[in-house]
Amino acid sequence: MSQFKFDKSMRYANTHEWVRVDGDIATVGVSDYAQDSLSDVVYVDLPDVGATVTAGKPAATVESVKAAEDVISPVSGEVVEVNAALDATPEIVNERPYEAWFYRVKPAATLAAELAALMDVDTYEKHVEAVAH
Amino acid sequence: MQRTPLYDTHVAMGGRMVEFAGYGLPVQYPSGPLVEHHAVRTAAGIFDIDHMGQFELAGPDADLFLQLVQVWDIDQMALHDAHYSLLLYNDATVIDDIFLYKLDDRWLVIVNAANRAKDLAWLQAQTLGFDLTLVDRSDELCMLALQGPKAEQILQRLTKADLSKVATRTAIEFELDGFAAIAGRTGYTGEDGFELYIPAGRAVEFWNNLLAAGKEDGLLACGLAARDSLRFEACMPLYGHELAATINPLEARMGWTVSWHKDFIGRDALLKVKLETPQRLLVGFEMVEKAVAREHYDIAVDGQIVGHVTSGMKSPTLDKFLGMALVPAPYGAVGAEFDVLVRGQPKRARVVKRPFYKPRYK
Repeated sequence: MSQFKFDKSMRYANTHEWVRVDGDIATVGVSDYAQDSLSDVVYVDLPDVGATVTAGKPAATVESVKAAEDVISPVSGEVVEVNAALDATPEIVNERPYEAWFYRVKPAATLAAELAALMDVDTYEKHVEAVAH
Repeated sequence: MQRTPLYDTHVAMGGRMVEFAGYGLPVQYPSGPLVEHHAVRTAAGIFDIDHMGQFELAGPDADLFLQLVQVWDIDQMALHDAHYSLLLYNDATVIDDIFLYKLDDRWLVIVNAANRAKDLAWLQAQTLGFDLTLVDRSDELCMLALQGPKAEQILQRLTKADLSKVATRTAIEFELDGFAAIAGRTGYTGEDGFELYIPAGRAVEFWNNLLAAGKEDGLLACGLAARDSLRFEACMPLYGHELAATINPLEARMGWTVSWHKDFIGRDALLKVKLETPQRLLVGFEMVEKAVAREHYDIAVDGQIVGHVTSGMKSPTLDKFLGMALVPAPYGAVGAEFDVLVRGQPKRARVVKRPFYKPRYK
């Protein structure tokens, strides 16, 4: 069994971001494996509301005690909300990675193709096993 | 990659091993760097710092030699005193920052891991004509740091010697946990504590005994990340960051270590530097705009790059975005402002007083 937690309701990028689609909103965060690799998160630099993010391009930066890492957007769209809780309590990324979402987008028309290019939870779990060893 | 005697112990404890100065050392344990950091500020932490080099200097000319090769006046040191100092090249650039211990019949000289071979070779090259012995004891001794407000009460459980009588920046040669050891009331965290020199063969047993003895007080094993954030808050220089062969000790604001009234290698060149107006200075700064300033990030004024960050992070104790930087002297004043280029974006920063965290020694 993996030492990492996974959430079945998301799809995952090979760069360890997750995306969950609820109706016409897609929510983005980072996986449990990602937060563990990052070590303690101290700050998250989020995109502006209204900004356009593009699948495969950096959309945010997560700063840990160790380093600054890009968060690559798994989907394209317009940012409609960012998680203000990350500002005061960035440690929730470590504590509850699948609840500590980064930003929400109104997806672009390319959503279906972008989701298809991401991994389901079983594939992602195998991906993590492969990179973690 | 070299291993300290505690390598397997770190792995068994879940330490995340990285290479640092040629040694495999834990950057953190499962508790995480922030928990480890706070443990040292509020209780105690134990660090494997056996990557540091330990040289022993003895013989009739040991004092004469030591006066010449480093900047602090050792005639001011009483038996068992410990003091910080610098080794300089002839041109006054910094070879290393070191710690000196005056022991009964010898000196202990503690050097940085990355500089150990360089320091030893340079020191040996200076010994010509001196009647002394200079021996690298790094492999026989294991160096650990026990740091934090509860360090004394924890260590006291493993020795009959009265540790309350060991003043800050002095050392004791004593029996610890059944073997002969040296402890300096010194450290690199801004807290009270001890740096311990124990026989390498006893390291694993002692590490475990100490962790058991300190468990009720919240003693935690700490990795390199916590060591760095603790020393950073206390504004202690890290060689390769705030000190280097390319930074002179005066711009690094280490002038307090220099005993001008005696002769030492590098004095003439350093005196010339002292007589000139400094071109740049090491400063402490706080981000006005939220961002993590990291080492090597550029410092800019009106879009022109004028300096660089030497160390930076979000301070765990103060909960502020802080950094140290080398900047042109006019920007060295408290209140001066400049930009830190964070991934190309200028983020405002303001010079603040150093240290960020005032050390709490006994």
